[in-house]
Amino acid sequence: MSIDNSTVKKVASLARIEIKSDEEDTLIKELNNIILWVDELQKVNTDKVDPMLSVFNESMPMRQDIAKSNYSNKLIMKNSPKSNSGFFVVPKVVE
Amino acid sequence: MTEFSKLSISSAIKGLNNKDFTSVELTQYYIEKIQENSNLNCFITPTFETALEMAKKSDENITKKKQRSLEGIPIGMKDLFCTNGTRTTAGSKILENFIPFYESTVSENLWNSGAIMLGKTNMDEFAMGSANTTSFFGNVINPLNPKSSKNSELVPGGSSGGSASAVCSGLCMGATGSDTGGSIRQPASFCGIVGLKPTYGRCSRFGMIAFASSLDQAGPITKTVEDSALMLQSMASFDQKDSTSSRKKIPNFLDFKNIEIKGKKIGIPKEYLIDGLNSEIRRVWDQGVNWFKSEGAEIVDISLPHTNSALPAYYIIAPAEASANLARYDGIRYGFRENEKDIKELYEKTRGKGFGKEVKRRLMIGTYVLSAGYYDAYYLKALKVRKLISNDFEEVFKSCDLILTPTTPNVAFPIGEKQTDPIEMYLNDVLTVPASLAGLPAISVPSGFNDEMLPIGLQIIGRPFDEISVLSAGSMIERLRGF
Repeated sequence: MSIDNSTVKKVASLARIEIKSDEEDTLIKELNNIILWVDELQKVNTDKVDPMLSVFNESMPMRQDIAKSNYSNKLIMKNSPKSNSGFFVVPKVVE
Repeated sequence: MTEFSKLSISSAIKGLNNKDFTSVELTQYYIEKIQENSNLNCFITPTFETALEMAKKSDENITKKKQRSLEGIPIGMKDLFCTNGTRTTAGSKILENFIPFYESTVSENLWNSGAIMLGKTNMDEFAMGSANTTSFFGNVINPLNPKSSKNSELVPGGSSGGSASAVCSGLCMGATGSDTGGSIRQPASFCGIVGLKPTYGRCSRFGMIAFASSLDQAGPITKTVEDSALMLQSMASFDQKDSTSSRKKIPNFLDFKNIEIKGKKIGIPKEYLIDGLNSEIRRVWDQGVNWFKSEGAEIVDISLPHTNSALPAYYIIAPAEASANLARYDGIRYGFRENEKDIKELYEKTRGKGFGKEVKRRLMIGTYVLSAGYYDAYYLKALKVRKLISNDFEEVFKSCDLILTPTTPNVAFPIGEKQTDPIEMYLNDVLTVPASLAGLPAISVPSGFNDEMLPIGLQIIGRPFDEISVLSAGSMIERLRGF
């Protein structure tokens, strides 16, 4: 088992996802099955092969750094679950 | 009186221009159809008022002889494309109340061509799924039933299940889809319609809710190959707002009609004859080979040796990219939020409750394969395998022009099946994923039926940016298949 209880807790914390204790066992089983399955790739010889991040091979020309959109603060705030005076509200993060 | 249900987009364009009917009449017809068939759950957010306003405008343009290429044609918009002022959810609770204030380039292109938005179509949550059973807004139902059990409800495929089911059941003339590993082609195959994934970079990703950015590509879902070309023409564009949008010249896709199949070399990859390929699908594939032969194409046996590794590589790369892309859903700037006193708890509870099971599973996998100690073994390894898969295609395209394969290993299955083992669901995409990893254009065209009268699609894969040949081959199948 490459993924155990503490790995799941660690990964969930990195991903900022709360995993309820009753979800944990199933998840561990599923993740292990998936990892075991993708582990097949270890058999493929990839010596001297470059990793392929994207199929896109056209050059990306530079452009002037000029702001083109002019969305208003009011518009942007409209979807915010909690805002105050044009700012997003979050719990206190500094002591 | 025109029978609206039989109309393709191309025939509707003629009818509108001839004044046989108006766009308002056509739109009204589809609105009623959507209302009558709400049980299929194809639409998350219908936009009937907007549709009628757009139709009115289209009728004015037609009267003034100022019609654009898709003037007055009512379509469905996958709920993955941000639409200005219209709720866009990606099938997720976390975006349940998200109303974009900008428009995706693909949808904007379609509206600028005169298309009419009937509503936002249902989809697997964040496009993660192959059966449309992961949507927060409920399962989509395939309108087709097996001959022997008319009451059995089948999945439409996914992730563009709402779009596919809507086109199949005649609730819209065409719809947009997005394809990361098969999300256009697989549901098109399950619903007996045409689904085209263009070359990566052909359509802009701006305003498309991101799943796996190096793979995501928008494309049309339609009744006919000609309609597919018509819709793609509007959807495709170079876009400064997407750094991987192609500057290559966009051809007139309708020119597929001038491309001859005679003399083309059609590759048949032996690796696609996988264990578990349904025998009836095998039979249709053989039939497809014969159609190409009868048109004077040359059949070439080819080998894509890394085909078996494509799906495992995909299930590392796509979740890895998703784990980065979906980090933005934090409950702060938009979407669902679970209020907590501590910021980390706020994130964790928001995401724990806001995402569904499959999305959480993939985010966990993605985070794991990118985490310290596993990055090289999994993520980097998968990227190298991706290169090998891409090289395989490059090599075979030296000796063939197009590749013919089945779209899926099986036909549409009952809702509720393949729900216990995630890998069983992932295997649905085993034949579509390789072309996705290589960024190639590929179409699924209905080509036959099984004994239960369920549709079987064949997939045609082309060289980069050669959608025209892909469309031409698709249209040949349409002509010869005899239904």
